[in-house]
Parts: sequence; structure tokens; C-alpha cells
Amino acid sequence: MSISKEDVKYIAALARIDVPEDKLEGFTKSLGGIVQYVEQLQKLDVSNVKPTSHAVPVGNVLRSDVVKPSLISKEALVFKVPLIIE
Amino acid sequence: MSQFETVIGLEVHLQLSTKSKIFCSCANQYGCAPNTNVCPVCLGLPGTLPVLNHQALLYGIKVGLALNAEINSFIKFDRKNYYYPDLPKGYQISQFDFPVAKNGYLKIKSGKEEKRIGITRAHLEEDAGKLVHDTSNSCSLADFNRTGTPLIEIVTEPDLRSPQEAYDYLNTLKLTLQYLGVSDCDMEKGSLRCDANVSIRPIGQTSLGTKTELKNMNSFRAVKTALEYEVRRHEQVITAGGKIVQETLLWDDEKAQTQTMRSKEQAHDYRYFPDPDLVPFTIDYKVIDGVRAELPELPQAKFLRFLSQYGLSEYDANILVADHGMADFFEAAVKEYPQGKKIANWLAGPVLMELNNRKAAINELKLTPKDLVTLIAKVEDGVVSNLVGKEVLTFMLDEGKGADDIIKEKGLAQVSDDSALLVIIDEVIAQNPAVVEQIKSGKSNTVGFLVGQAMKRSGGRANPKKLNELITRRITGA
Ligand SMILES: [Zn+2]
Repeated sequence: MSISKEDVKYIAALARIDVPEDKLEGFTKSLGGIVQYVEQLQKLDVSNVKPTSHAVPVGNVLRSDVVKPSLISKEALVFKVPLIIE
Repeated sequence: MSQFETVIGLEVHLQLSTKSKIFCSCANQYGCAPNTNVCPVCLGLPGTLPVLNHQALLYGIKVGLALNAEINSFIKFDRKNYYYPDLPKGYQISQFDFPVAKNGYLKIKSGKEEKRIGITRAHLEEDAGKLVHDTSNSCSLADFNRTGTPLIEIVTEPDLRSPQEAYDYLNTLKLTLQYLGVSDCDMEKGSLRCDANVSIRPIGQTSLGTKTELKNMNSFRAVKTALEYEVRRHEQVITAGGKIVQETLLWDDEKAQTQTMRSKEQAHDYRYFPDPDLVPFTIDYKVIDGVRAELPELPQAKFLRFLSQYGLSEYDANILVADHGMADFFEAAVKEYPQGKKIANWLAGPVLMELNNRKAAINELKLTPKDLVTLIAKVEDGVVSNLVGKEVLTFMLDEGKGADDIIKEKGLAQVSDDSALLVIIDEVIAQNPAVVEQIKSGKSNTVGFLVGQAMKRSGGRANPKKLNELITRRITGA
């Protein structure tokens, strides 16, 4: 699988990263290299391996429904973000 | 008659009323000062680890079971990636391919017809924060108190065939969820929210038409109106030879129309993947059986039981069951006074009217089941008439006193004393000689007229049975 310039533009847009036109070529090559490297895994025969979502076999970690103190701020904490209206 | 068939699917988001949030120990509380219920976990600060709230999981299983769904024996959490300032981590923790529940259904009644609405899935996730737009300073203010509130999202199959059916489904679902006691289901507070998918297709066609998604409806009524609007729009576009564009639309309740969303035009690419911070869960059948054993009697079962056990009319049973508090009140009252039908009549009649007038719920009234049955017994024993009984109820609620005290204080007891009644009767007889002649000539059914007149004079306090007896005796000597 190879990576195209369009793929890089799309991924950059999803990640909200501004990629200048003259850097596109370079990113396309490096990303392509990474994908090719990982692609080696495709050669493995995994027909006898069960699908898994987590590498470590730990499960059912729960906490009881108890309230603990939240962050304390002397002044009312306000998060300002750019104006976005739908 | 339209040549199109409407196809609707609904997504309901329900906030679960746990004490703490779903993945951290901050209070899950509505209406606090901005950003007072936040911690590094729900603010998505680097290096923090979410841990699932046990109660949220149990509530999820409970909802699944009430919706006749299969509980997955293996569940996991996934990241749904998107950028929006109300989501501090840049992703929402949700469930993708192994939700807590799948393949359920809810039976609804739409008109006379009973119908099964398929539930595709119900999954647990975290709520996002809230943005307050400050246009004058061209910024938005983010309040992350709501971030991490446990949600269950309930998704139907495209089984609903009209806006009315969607409305009926929502009411049945809400009632069921209220019975479960997992949420206050308050749409005004945003505890329950609903998005709708709608499309139309020529009658007889099996494949689905292009759908649009409707958001921002803040009542069930608005869901219905928005769907009606959107169905009409689809019909107009398609009839004129146009094509429906798949998109998300916002409902504007004031203008009563849908509007295209500006900011989310780009097709979503959520890139779901398993959240490495949260381990998977295996749900033991013993856990499921435990939750099942604690399921309360659900509305439809209660309705049928009220019909058979107490012989209630469908009308009365419906009113009682539609309000969990009312149903409980009814059964508590029946324990005190085993006259189910009479109690149901009072609850579905005068008590319901008082509730509507006062815009109150039954448990907010100064009225216990014992108070009500004391009053009903007074009416049955003829101490007060039915009509005066209703007045007594109003006084009881206003003043928070029992029926006995009110009847005594206001002098509302029926007058059954012969000598007092005879004074009134003689006046009525003197004023209506023509009617008296009719009765004498054998038309005994006109006695009712004189009873009515005498009742009026007594201010509704005379015992009607006694009046009838005395008038008849006075005129005919019988
Ligand atoms: Zn927190």
C-alpha cells in the first residue's frame, strides 16, 4: 500500500495540521516508508491467532461509584476557545 | 394519499444518574458553577487513566435487559476521534463493535395497533462539555462539568413508519427508563436527547431512500414536528425530480424548519479504535441474572396487572401507569382501602385535575395514600357528597390537613337531619306546585327535579338519598 499526496492532505486536515505545499512531497515519502515498514506484518500467518484489542491480558477493572474531590480553583476556571457556532 | 412510505430511526442519548462520572470520581451533578466538577481525567490531561464506573456498567446492563436485548458477554471501549472544543481529549470514549447490549426491541402502542420497534444496540459513552458562545468577544467559553457524564445511547432499527410512531416510541421508551430509575429523563436539563434519521421511499420499494439526520429537538413534540417538516420536504424535492442530499440538519423550533449545519460539512471520519487506556470486560451471566432479578415491574406488565388484579378500565390503568409515582400511590392506597376501582377513579379524575392545575407531581402534594382513602370513605359513607368531596380535596391540598378536619372546620358534612331538611323541602314544595301535582298523579320520576332544587338550596350539603325519601313521603304520604 502506498501513500498519496491526497492521503497526506486528508490526514493533515483531520489532525488540524497545516502542511505547506512544499513539504507535501517529503511527508508523503516518510509516511509511505513507515507504512511499508509496518506492512511486513501482513506476511505473517495469523489464521490461528484470536483477534485482540489489548496487548496485556487484564480485564474487568472497575471503580465503585464514589465521588472524590475535583480540582480546586480559587477563581472560577474558564476555558476560552475560538468561537464556533453551528 | 401519499405514494411514499416514511422510514425513521431514532438515537436517544440518556444521561445515567450515577453519583460520579463514568471514568473519574468527579461528581455527576447538574447546575454547578462552571468547571467545578473537573479533574485531570475528564479534562483529558496527558498521563491520566480513565477507570469505568461499576454502577454505570450495571445501569447499562439494566437498560439493555429492559429493552429485551442481548447483553454482550465481552465488551470494550473505543475512541471516537473528532475535534470540537467541547471535547478536551480530541476523542470521545464510546463503544464501537462490542456495545453493552444489542438486538433488542420495545413494544409500543400507536393508536390501537401494537408494534415491536427493533433496538439495534445500546452502548455506553461519555458526554461532552458545554459551550457558551460569547459573540461580542468572538470566543466560546467551555464548561467541562458535563464532560464524562455517563451516557447510554439507544439506537433503533429503521422500524418507525411515521412521525406519530416516533413520538409514541419516545414516550414508551421514556416511561420504561423512568421505571428503571437510571435517569431523571429530563429533556429540559438535557438528561434525555434525541436525534432522528429520516428517509422516504416509494411504497413497495424495499431499499432505503437517502436519509437526513435531524438534531437539536428539545422536546418529543419538537421531534414529531421536525420529522413532519422533513418528510414533507423530502416529498417535495423528490416529486419535483430532485435528489435528497445526505446531511445533518438542525431543527429551528422558532422558525419551524430545518437548517444545514455549517461547521460539520466534512464527512465524518471518526477513526474508531480500541481505547488502550481501558481494559476490556467480560460480563458474567451471574452479573446479568443479578441485574435481571432487580428489574422493576415495567409499565406494560403493570398495565395488564392493574386490569386483571383490580378490574380497572383501560383508561384509568393507562393514566396510573403513565406516572410511576401515581401507580405506586395507587397501590399504597389499595392496601389501606381495598376498593381499587374507586381509588383509580379518584386518582384519574379529581386528583389528576389538581395535579394539572398545580403543575405538580403526586409526590409533591401534601397528600398521603391514607389521606386520600379517608376522604373516599367519607364520600362512600355519605358524610359528604361526591361533589363536596372534590372541594374537600382542594382544601386538603391547600392546607395540608386531613379530610376529617376540613369537613369539620368548613362545616361541609352532609345534612341528614330530618328537621333541617324538611324546612328546605317545604320551601321547594311551596314554590313548585305544578311539579307536585305531577308527582301526585303518579309521575314519580319528576321527584328528581325537586331533589335537585333542594340540593341547590342546601349548598350541595344535603344527603340526596334522604332528600328523595323525605320529598316522596311529604307529597304522597307513602
Ligand atoms: Zn473528573
